[in-house]
Amino acid sequence: MAFFSKLKDRLFRSSAKLDEGLDEILNAATPKTSAPQPENPAPGATDNAAAETEKPAKPGLVGRLLGQTRDAEQSAARRVLDDAMLESLEELLISADMGVEPALRATANLAEGRFGKKLGAREIKELLAKEVARIMAPVSKPLPIYAKKPQVVLVVGVNGSGKTTTIGKLASQFRAAGKSVVIAAGDTFRAAAVEQLQVWGERADVPVMTAPEGSDPASLAFDAMGRAEADGADLLMIDTAGRLQNRQDLMEELGKIVRVIRKKDPEAPHNTLLVLDATTGQNALNQVEVFQKISDVSGLIMTKLDGTAKGGVLVALADRFGLPIHAIGVGEQIDDLAPFDPDEFARALIGLED
Amino acid sequence: MFENLSDRLSGVFDKLTKQGALSDADVATALREVRVALLEADVSLPVARDFVKAIQDKATGQSVTKSVTPGQQVVKIVHDELVHFLAGDDVNAGDLKIDNAPAPILMVGLQGSGKTTTTAKLAKRLSEKNGKRVLMASLDVYRPAAMEQLAVLGKQINVDTLPIVKGEKPADIARRAKQQATLGGYDVYMLDTAGRLHIDEVLMAEVETVRDITKPRETLLVVDGLTGQDAVNVAEQFDGQIGISGVVLTRMDGDGRGGAALSMRAVTGQPIKFVGLGEKMDALEEFHPDRIAGRILGMGDIVSLVEKAQETIEAEQAERMMKRFQKGRFNMNDLKMQLEQMLKMGGMEGVMGMMPGMGKMKGKMSDAGLDDKMLRRQIALIQSMTKKERANPQIMQASRKKRVARGAGLEVSELNRLLKMQRQMGDMMKKMGKGGMLKQAMKGMFGKGGSLPADMGAGMDPKALEAAAKQMGKLPGGRLPGLGGGLQLPPGLSGFGKKK
Repeated sequence: MAFFSKLKDRLFRSSAKLDEGLDEILNAATPKTSAPQPENPAPGATDNAAAETEKPAKPGLVGRLLGQTRDAEQSAARRVLDDAMLESLEELLISADMGVEPALRATANLAEGRFGKKLGAREIKELLAKEVARIMAPVSKPLPIYAKKPQVVLVVGVNGSGKTTTIGKLASQFRAAGKSVVIAAGDTFRAAAVEQLQVWGERADVPVMTAPEGSDPASLAFDAMGRAEADGADLLMIDTAGRLQNRQDLMEELGKIVRVIRKKDPEAPHNTLLVLDATTGQNALNQVEVFQKISDVSGLIMTKLDGTAKGGVLVALADRFGLPIHAIGVGEQIDDLAPFDPDEFARALIGLED
Repeated sequence: MFENLSDRLSGVFDKLTKQGALSDADVATALREVRVALLEADVSLPVARDFVKAIQDKATGQSVTKSVTPGQQVVKIVHDELVHFLAGDDVNAGDLKIDNAPAPILMVGLQGSGKTTTTAKLAKRLSEKNGKRVLMASLDVYRPAAMEQLAVLGKQINVDTLPIVKGEKPADIARRAKQQATLGGYDVYMLDTAGRLHIDEVLMAEVETVRDITKPRETLLVVDGLTGQDAVNVAEQFDGQIGISGVVLTRMDGDGRGGAALSMRAVTGQPIKFVGLGEKMDALEEFHPDRIAGRILGMGDIVSLVEKAQETIEAEQAERMMKRFQKGRFNMNDLKMQLEQMLKMGGMEGVMGMMPGMGKMKGKMSDAGLDDKMLRRQIALIQSMTKKERANPQIMQASRKKRVARGAGLEVSELNRLLKMQRQMGDMMKKMGKGGMLKQAMKGMFGKGGSLPADMGAGMDPKALEAAAKQMGKLPGGRLPGLGGGLQLPPGLSGFGKKK
């Protein structure tokens, strides 16, 4: 399971900040809570807390290496769950791009029945992780495979979200699973987008259908449908040019692609995948809403989760739209596409280490 | 959920519209909403927190005007501060340091932020608008067909690109680009690097090497305008490790609120140079802080609304005053207001200093005893009058005069001079009011939002006034600068437009 540890390592790196933030919150209050009870015969705890506050937020490798010992210390630092602390927790979640409203709700759920009680870092993290996992569990579904041949997968998204790379990765995975795949390079707008996909096609050993730059992507999609049918391919993946969801003309173009595909197969596209960039903030909500309206998005893929971006907006998306999340992108290599695991995601988002 | 800030704030403030000024508590409540708005616009949390803190002091104690709700008032304060913050002291936002040819420009950023497209757009701008010879080179050896992309774009916009040599390392390409640019007589060479994660130590080291080889004049961080809270991490890392000189925000033609702009500015302290506004090669503009500020707050036209409301208030006041003047009513209250206005604008010297060609007169004026002390004395005289006397100065007879002068600690003769001045000004107003000139004069004044103050006459005795008029006659056109219609205003009338 080397792959999983790699993934987890990457995800944890992303949430180190959040983790530190939580520790800071707890430590900030520790002197306060211990001050009114000087008869407390545990000077060790206060010493620890003082030491912690003296060297605040030591980020990076050292912190992570020391993670476990620190955790043990932290479990001593408990803090009464009050309004101020709830607010800080909200802020932490917001800074993971979760959005204001979902963050409020998550902390409210956390506070229910626990208000005024003393909680340690570990407890809080576990509770928050559970809360996030609860929201994310229903949306974690792999890309469904239908008996229909060819199954048409349309990939859409804004510019630079990682559509082409994701198609390359997906094609390689399906190829490895023994499926025959055809890719249609539908990004006829951006310079050298077709070439980019051709390279991915070679890597995944999958044929790529192309059209000259500037030609109509809808007609390419139509031709590709014919070819995939003739070849008896299991899957046809159609790449599209990146488009911002508020660009009416480009969204029309996308609508046309969908209409043309339906001439060949009224049920197609069987899957429409919206590719989202993990660094995107609250605008992801708009993206999903508009793309869903135009092209009937059936599932999401989030890319670039190997950075420091936490992709917390997925929580807001799951909460609001409930669209399945099929996979996450965690790197530039062909096998850097992992299934979405809600528990893993939740724990990484909150910074909960085992 | 994404309602605009002004709506939300007006809810908070509905109860307290009657209060005269914003209290601490009001402002705190409002700023909480402001903070949420900032966060929803993807401004990074620490940045939003600092920003709100900075605003708190500014907003407290601001007077609330009738036609503007306190909510709108706060929005305006926040907006103005935001603009100020985003703009910084950078006067020429779109300028790049590209002297001593060949000047290297290094483009860095995350994957998919739009570096290559921005490189081409910028190259087009530099070559077409600034007449520079530009060479572009792609150092992206990782993403398939990235180098071809830049080559194709180069052909489209007629800008040379460095020939692609397969298998070369980025550092070698950078060296080759430098050499080619020097030999080929290029003014600028642009290095488009591969997208990299700011935590990818290997790739960050690579771009450091490139930086050390080329010593770029400008290192531009290209950031997706839709970026969320992670913007701080990205900016911190790139700035810390590579050192950037400016930011380009892309995808600002989307419907994202662009909070990343604020985060970038706050974290790096570097100016935002350009914004990308579309996929076409000329869709690159200089950064306009006011547009982004309005967008971050999600408030559309609210600021112009607030400004309009304030203008209305001023115009209303002016209208009322004008009506009074037309009837020849110019009493001590009006005069006092004029005098105070002058003091507010920096006194006699301040006012004179603002008028072109008046610098020389300063000396003469103080010789004639025309200084701020006189203004203050006159105000003191007026303050020593009863309300009734102020409204109807003509009732002042000897005993009243004596009392007033004593109250102000001055001579009766000074009071007489003040009364005479008030009478003269009132007469002039009446005359002008009849001829309809007053209206024109007022229009001229308010049309330009107050224009230059001309109340210098207010505190002068007729002799000094004459002298001043002679001096002014020597000015080109013989008119007071800044007055619409070129009308000579009666002394002391203007400045109303400046009322706050």
